[in-house]
Amino acid sequence: MAQPAQLSFVRRALVEPEPPPVTGESMLTLTRARLFGGTFNTVVTIVSAAVIAALLWPAVKFLLIDAVWTGSSRVDCLPETVGHEVGACWPFIAAKFVQLMYGFYPASEQWRVDLTYALGAVLLVPLLIPAMPYKAWNAVLFFGLFPVVAFFLLVGGVFGLSHVETRLWGGLLVTLVISFTGIMFSLPLGVVLALGRRSQLSIIRTLSVVFIEFWRGVPLITVLFFATYMLPFFLPTSWRIDPLLRVLIGVILFAGAYMAEVVRGGLQAIPRGQFEGATALGLGYWRTMGLVVLPQALRLVIPGIVNSFIALFKDTTLVLIVAIFDLLGQLRAAFADPTWATPVTLFTGFAFAGVIYFLVSFGMSRYALSMERRLQIQQAR
Amino acid sequence: MPVDVQRAPGPPRIAIYNRPKIRAGFYQLVLLAAASWLGYEFALNAKANLEAQNITGGFGFLDNTAGFNVNQSLIPYNESDSYGRVFLVGLLNTLLVSGVGIVLATILGFLVGIARLSPNWLVARIAGGYVELIRNLPLLFQILFWYLAVLGALPAPRRSIALFDAIFLNNRGIIVPVPIAGQGAGAVAAAFAAGLFATIAVAIWARRRQVRTGRRFPTILVACLLLVGLPLLVSAAMGFPIGFQKPELRGFNFVGGIRLIPEFVALLLGLTIYTAAFIAEVVRAGVLAVPRGQTEAALALGLRRGMLLRLVVVPQALRVIVPPLTNQYLNLTKNSSLAVAIGYPDLFAVFAGTTLNQTGQAIEIIAITMAVYLSISLATSAFMNWYNAHLRVTER
Repeated sequence: MAQPAQLSFVRRALVEPEPPPVTGESMLTLTRARLFGGTFNTVVTIVSAAVIAALLWPAVKFLLIDAVWTGSSRVDCLPETVGHEVGACWPFIAAKFVQLMYGFYPASEQWRVDLTYALGAVLLVPLLIPAMPYKAWNAVLFFGLFPVVAFFLLVGGVFGLSHVETRLWGGLLVTLVISFTGIMFSLPLGVVLALGRRSQLSIIRTLSVVFIEFWRGVPLITVLFFATYMLPFFLPTSWRIDPLLRVLIGVILFAGAYMAEVVRGGLQAIPRGQFEGATALGLGYWRTMGLVVLPQALRLVIPGIVNSFIALFKDTTLVLIVAIFDLLGQLRAAFADPTWATPVTLFTGFAFAGVIYFLVSFGMSRYALSMERRLQIQQAR
Repeated sequence: MPVDVQRAPGPPRIAIYNRPKIRAGFYQLVLLAAASWLGYEFALNAKANLEAQNITGGFGFLDNTAGFNVNQSLIPYNESDSYGRVFLVGLLNTLLVSGVGIVLATILGFLVGIARLSPNWLVARIAGGYVELIRNLPLLFQILFWYLAVLGALPAPRRSIALFDAIFLNNRGIIVPVPIAGQGAGAVAAAFAAGLFATIAVAIWARRRQVRTGRRFPTILVACLLLVGLPLLVSAAMGFPIGFQKPELRGFNFVGGIRLIPEFVALLLGLTIYTAAFIAEVVRAGVLAVPRGQTEAALALGLRRGMLLRLVVVPQALRVIVPPLTNQYLNLTKNSSLAVAIGYPDLFAVFAGTTLNQTGQAIEIIAITMAVYLSISLATSAFMNWYNAHLRVTER
């Protein structure tokens, strides 16, 4: 660092004044200044417009204009049959739709999956809308009752419902089951681990830190391999764990460790005074945490929690590596079908699955953003 | 009447089982005992299961012959080599794809992150669209897309797509020319080294002169001349000793050049593009974290945009950017294990994939694999803690 005393140079002439910044003008002037202010800016604008056109136009052309909408086999999606360049081959998706949504879930039982979805949606939507009343009851129903009902509906074996083995499950159903279960269990696990990590009891703290850092330090795919190939060795031979359940255990442990770090961020943001106030009121540890600290901390980290959910949702695709056929896995299996082998099949399939993944993730991230804004407003008051 | 002063009671007598320390100790001991019991049960079960399946535990299998081939290796390897060597091949491949991926993702990520902050609306929108699209699609989806739909759609070698008649794209990979050092290449290397030293010297001199007199020196221009011009000049004087071996089509395949296997290219594309979107967000957050007053003050002092960025914004933004950036590097390294889905021979694919299949030593192999990733993670976070302590702003 140069000491000020060593600076012997002082500028004496004034620098030319810069043009004033553009503010408070009309939309048109502002747009013109932002897009065409200066030669460089104009060139950048033109290049950008060209890039957008070069990306968007082929996409629209492929997905809509050149697309084939009806047909029954690959022949209908070949340029020779259609007579012009072929875009997306939507009949392929139509033919594989059931497989992509339900896997090999028996056709006569698919209403159970639909019913589960409907039930979930009816309970979830009011939970997400802040203005809706009875949040506590709603949450109890969604997180307490719904999973039980969904489990018996999907697995069956009771109330006259036939048993459907999980190896028949597939497609979006598996993606959603893994995401939902992961979310359901990783949050409480994360809260427990976060409390453990901030505990004053050294053994509990050490165990929590080791647990969290271990799962966070390894890739999810090793966790899935651990759950699929290593876990059976550690359990009694007589225990036959369902492959889907094994994967779920892996996902929950992994997601729980990440969730713990998010929750810990919230716990650290709670001022010391809150703990002291609770202690002064005579609350013990569990009541301090349950009644004072956690409600504030969890509310603070809602955006972080939703972001973890998005990551978890995207990560469910990895289960295809351990032979569980989620949406992406079913898509890959559908590509192998020779009756639909055309040059555009792959792009069509990726476009369809991409839209689903994008809509869910993007929707969640927008929701997190709106919650964040709400929180800021509440805190500013 | 004397007031009956009640003596303040001493510390209340608490039953021994109600004292906080004793309770805490008890609960912790119970937890520890439960954890130990669980570990013990696991070990017992593992022993019984291994015996039942006739698998001998231990790491002796690492010396056995692997007997399978690997389609990309940085070190000499053939089928008769041991599983230990397979492990090394996989580890190097993981490091290769992660290293290249980190460099490319950083460049792309910084470009996109800065573009998102551009005053030009269209540029900002393109960058924003890129980030939103890429961040919201699963990485494995993207890797499979590049591998199956894009690279898989490339033509056969005979009908390769040629770029500048030097790079060839086909369904067996991308073939790029290799530089070949001829007679006198050493002189060019020496010229480059001399240029590098001269650049450092000029930079130091220019800085001192600016502090002394306020006059600026076109350091960057001179540096370019020294680093590029000097080696080029020497190269011309020596008769261009460094040539490129161009790939040529012979029969059904290419001879010469380096072939990047499609698995590598697809994985690299996926990792780079995905991580770059996250890095872009990190960069944007870092730049936005610099208070506006800093920029305004710098402008009021008469700094140009370039100097403003270099002297005021970037040093402050970097402090915010580096910790999450390292996190992204770590994520990229861990995500490189998705190679197993498309068959790129990284550590996970050849070791936890093929080797595990052949030997059945699930416990040892998954433990080793996890240990490798864990040590990379822990080493990185140790470095980050050191770096953060090093860079902490010393406040008055």
